[in-house]
Amino acid sequence: MSIAYQIVVCGSIVPDPLQTLEPLSGPAGPSLKNEMMLPAVLDPWAWHALFEAAHLAKTAPGSKVWLVSLAPKAKLQQVMMTVAQKVPFELVAIDGSASGFTEAAEVAAILADSIKAIPGLDVSKLLVFGGWESASRGAGVTLQLVGERLGIVNQFQGVDQLKVGADGSLEILERIEGGKHQISKCAGPPAVLGWATGNLSEPPNNPQVGMTNMRSIMPALQKAKAAKIGGDGVTFAGVNLPKQHRDTKIVKDMRADAIAREIVAWISND
Amino acid sequence: METILVLIHTEADGTLAKSALEVLGAAKSIGGSLVVGLIGENVQTAANVIAGCGATKFFGVSGSEFSQARYGTDAAAAEAICRATNAQVVVAPATSRWNRVLAGVSNRLGGRVDTHVTGIAPASGGLTVTRWYYRQRMEAVLERTQRPWLIALEPGCAQAWQGTPGKAAVENVAVTLADEAKRTTVTGVKAPAADQQTIRPDAKLLFVAGAGWTKKQSDGQPHVPEAEKLIIGFLGLTKSSLGSSKSLVDLNGEGQAVLPFMSHLNQIGQTGATPRHPKGLSTCCHGEEPHAVGWRFINERRAINLDPNCGWARGKTDVLYVADAFEVMRKVNELLANGKSS
Repeated sequence: MSIAYQIVVCGSIVPDPLQTLEPLSGPAGPSLKNEMMLPAVLDPWAWHALFEAAHLAKTAPGSKVWLVSLAPKAKLQQVMMTVAQKVPFELVAIDGSASGFTEAAEVAAILADSIKAIPGLDVSKLLVFGGWESASRGAGVTLQLVGERLGIVNQFQGVDQLKVGADGSLEILERIEGGKHQISKCAGPPAVLGWATGNLSEPPNNPQVGMTNMRSIMPALQKAKAAKIGGDGVTFAGVNLPKQHRDTKIVKDMRADAIAREIVAWISND
Repeated sequence: METILVLIHTEADGTLAKSALEVLGAAKSIGGSLVVGLIGENVQTAANVIAGCGATKFFGVSGSEFSQARYGTDAAAAEAICRATNAQVVVAPATSRWNRVLAGVSNRLGGRVDTHVTGIAPASGGLTVTRWYYRQRMEAVLERTQRPWLIALEPGCAQAWQGTPGKAAVENVAVTLADEAKRTTVTGVKAPAADQQTIRPDAKLLFVAGAGWTKKQSDGQPHVPEAEKLIIGFLGLTKSSLGSSKSLVDLNGEGQAVLPFMSHLNQIGQTGATPRHPKGLSTCCHGEEPHAVGWRFINERRAINLDPNCGWARGKTDVLYVADAFEVMRKVNELLANGKSS
């Protein structure tokens, strides 16, 4: 039984993880210093979700992948130059803040409305993918909120594997405590899957895919609607970088057996 | 005075996890009128364990449908208990089971949710919570006006409640499940064999292995089989938990020599876990922030590294041994195996 899935990946941009981040406080709430100047990347777990979506679409003929992204469109355009070369998808862009300090509930409402507005959307074939957390807010709540707004009550978080059964059922492995996976069987779409790392490597760049994607990405960016997202009802009493700095004792020129004895004594000492 | 609902689920054997007792401890410390909601196949035994916690009422959703950790039934059960208690604040342990559903429940109740919370404190007329943003790189304290406010508290962040068991009167909350909520069936758990399990959240020590273990050593050759033997040997002797820097698990996807027992589940830091252990020993780890953020919640830290200026070491660890990790860990394992430390 083959289903042509409609796979919608929700994913935004985050500052490149190697950048130094510094919080600022302002009248509109916290933000990052020089936020618009920081190089950005697609959120790492959403990145995995996109690869998994493309992989699934490839194995289920007739399937299609959309990437729904809420971010400042100028920065989103930069990031798309890289992302577009990886796998085929159609971009749905919304122009708004990608800050981690915005309200997930407000973001989810905008994403859900954008998904509902996709022409030809058939909820019975819908799989909503995304990262199980973002590298900005890091809350792991937006996808669930989107799912609820779309009326989807089969949801999975921390997904590392999805297999489609011969009967069209979905076997899903979710991360649970203690390095284990919970195995679930879902009768089929619609479902929400918040991806952890998955098992796929990053696909190589494919200039042909990139050119095809860019034909739809540029118009999508041009017609991206502006969305105002804030933090109604939330007051940040403070946002700070951790100041913990340890006075490291550097032990040089100690023999390996002496170090080993010291480590074993330290481990054994409760 | 706000009503605080402690929302907990039982484990497969009907007991309560430590994280559930921690949430109870945290909720008691913030004041308010305390009520408890329990979900599971059978909740009476668990309710009896915490009967003396000072809750004014106990509510329960039980039955075989609620033994499974699945979204449809858990969200319906949590929603029903929240509505029955009419609580303004709901505190739950940030288990994988609750992390899966709490946001959806907040949406159904017209409230808000904060997850991965590491602290809850009373504030003038309300509460503040502490949580991290940008992958543990900045810490925020915030409060909300919206109610109900659902809060998922990370394990290991509060003192577990301790008290005498008793007999709790559990008020059963009826839940009507739509067929849609039961389209998913939990069929099992996939776990490594007990002797191959390297992730132990309750371990006293986190052993962090960096990519250096797979690189060329002083003789110009990599020694991956020996690295594997040393690391697995150490984990077996100490029952510690294994973490890895991102670079090491990424080698797996890049076709390089890898440690076969290391997976993305071991990854700590930027796109990995942020485990909490009393002690941590990092070996062959390289890189600066943000790769070292997985190190943040380890109390006592030591490192073995040939580079004394590494980001994992200077300023981040209490003691840095500038040495060859292969050599040191070989000796450590010998000492542990012989059962002597001096």
